[in-house]
Amino acid sequence: MRKKQRSLQIFLHVILIGLVLFSIFPFLYMLATAMTEDSYTMPYPPVIIPKSFYFGNFVSAWTSSNFARFFMNSLFVSTVSTMLTIIVSVMSAYGFAKINFTGKNILFNLYIFSMMIPAVLSLVSQYTVLNAVHLIDTYTGLILLYVSGGIAGNMYFLKGFIEDIPAEYEESVYIDGGSRWTVLRHVILPMCKSSIATLAILSFMGSWDEFFSALTIIKTESKRTLPIAIKMFQGQNATQWGLVFAASLIALVPILLIFITFQKAFVKENEGGGIKG
Amino acid sequence: MAHTKQRRENMTALMFIGVGLFLFTVFIFYPQVKNVYMAFTNYNIMPGSENRFVGFENFKSMFATGGTFGNSDSFMLALRNSVLAVLVTVPGQLILGLVIAIMIDRVSHGRLFYKVMLYIPVISSWVVVSILFKYLFQDTKGSLINYYLLKLNLISHPVAWLQNTWTASAVIWALCIWKGVGWVIIIYNAAIQTLPKELYEVSYLEGANPIQRFFYITLPLLKKTTIYVVVQLTIGAFGIMIQVMLITAGGPMGTTETLNSYMYSKAFTEFQFGYSSAVSLVMGAVVIGTTLLQRKLMREEK
Repeated sequence: MRKKQRSLQIFLHVILIGLVLFSIFPFLYMLATAMTEDSYTMPYPPVIIPKSFYFGNFVSAWTSSNFARFFMNSLFVSTVSTMLTIIVSVMSAYGFAKINFTGKNILFNLYIFSMMIPAVLSLVSQYTVLNAVHLIDTYTGLILLYVSGGIAGNMYFLKGFIEDIPAEYEESVYIDGGSRWTVLRHVILPMCKSSIATLAILSFMGSWDEFFSALTIIKTESKRTLPIAIKMFQGQNATQWGLVFAASLIALVPILLIFITFQKAFVKENEGGGIKG
Repeated sequence: MAHTKQRRENMTALMFIGVGLFLFTVFIFYPQVKNVYMAFTNYNIMPGSENRFVGFENFKSMFATGGTFGNSDSFMLALRNSVLAVLVTVPGQLILGLVIAIMIDRVSHGRLFYKVMLYIPVISSWVVVSILFKYLFQDTKGSLINYYLLKLNLISHPVAWLQNTWTASAVIWALCIWKGVGWVIIIYNAAIQTLPKELYEVSYLEGANPIQRFFYITLPLLKKTTIYVVVQLTIGAFGIMIQVMLITAGGPMGTTETLNSYMYSKAFTEFQFGYSSAVSLVMGAVVIGTTLLQRKLMREEK
């Protein structure tokens, strides 16, 4: 019996390791290609293990192909969007969780209903709205879309945590003469720290990788964010795969670092509801 | 008195939800309503141009041959591809994800390691992995897939994967499954951990084999999770867009276009905003219908 158990374990591990290789092999191949000097034909046989530590593609993607600039653009847009998202979402969630205002249920259902419609389907009409207020080709327009798009979902996510905070905490603040703002700063924020952090991470990653709004709203080349820059770059340098993948890795590494740092939260995060990439 | 108190509450609420409500109204709710209106006009983005009300013309030209814009052939192709994508990638991810989730549940060591490694494709950017798959499936003999297939003598000359409708679609589906399965694994693995152990103990005593246990205990207990996963995957598969744009650009001859990528190119390369809004309205109806079906099924499970 024990022997049978043991061979089952070995069998499972072999298959699982095979699957792990299957899921990360394309990335390793990408890394190897990025570390191979470009020629105008594809290397034959394919390079799976880099022959040397050649960083020429990274250097030229970062400097001459302007990816330093695109990286900073993405960093700016994602950081500002994340900060505004957190402020607006926490305030909205508190309003919906703890204040009884007229029409709350209708508004709440409206938020939830709008969430069911995938963001990209409204892009055409959003474009006409931004066009009317002259926000096409501006970061303001792009950031407003990112922040607005997250409000309903984030409010819904945080509302549950805020509702779970017992009313006594809040009441004691009022007895001491504090206002609702005091409650928000000294009760809600500290007690929802981890869910707000989760929201910040997801929101940052979401704007970092966002493609269609950025592609549609941003026109000027120097304003591009990384995903559009990579797409355009691939279009123009069709055969320079080393360079394209060096640029891709520049975009991918921050996301991987965030993921590795908070890996447990991600895998656990998904146990409740599930957030899809 | 109660009246003024309520009014004060409303003012306080406005301070907290006001900014969010404004942004939501202007950039989400209004565009969603405007989208419905646009679908019934021949909307033009140019300033000063009039947007004529065209009734159901945009919808007619999707489904009826001929029509004002002659769009129905390309719409039907996009619809076919979206439906096929659902039929292939949803069962693909579901079955693989469930089997792998059970395997991870059964190993004694390294569960977190396996879950994290298999989740890496999920968190990676669609743009990057789409370009990566385009590279893997290049038509030269040096591209990774062709190289190994040639080595194994499975093909006699390099395959031009992306130049043929069905092989190109297969590449898009393969990417969806490869990137999405990690999410299914995490969801199922978490659900499996909550299943009551007693039932399994009883089944051991009664001499049930692993296959019977899977079909008579595990699968029925996971029904709610399965409904949730199927609906999310279906919505995801209907959303296929970046993959098409970056891997095939809809080609060859628009035969790999999906509803979303079709909608996008109608709007932003052909500037048929009204027609494109009508397509997005049809998509929206499908997605909302799927979500409502999920809610109904979930409620029945309770």
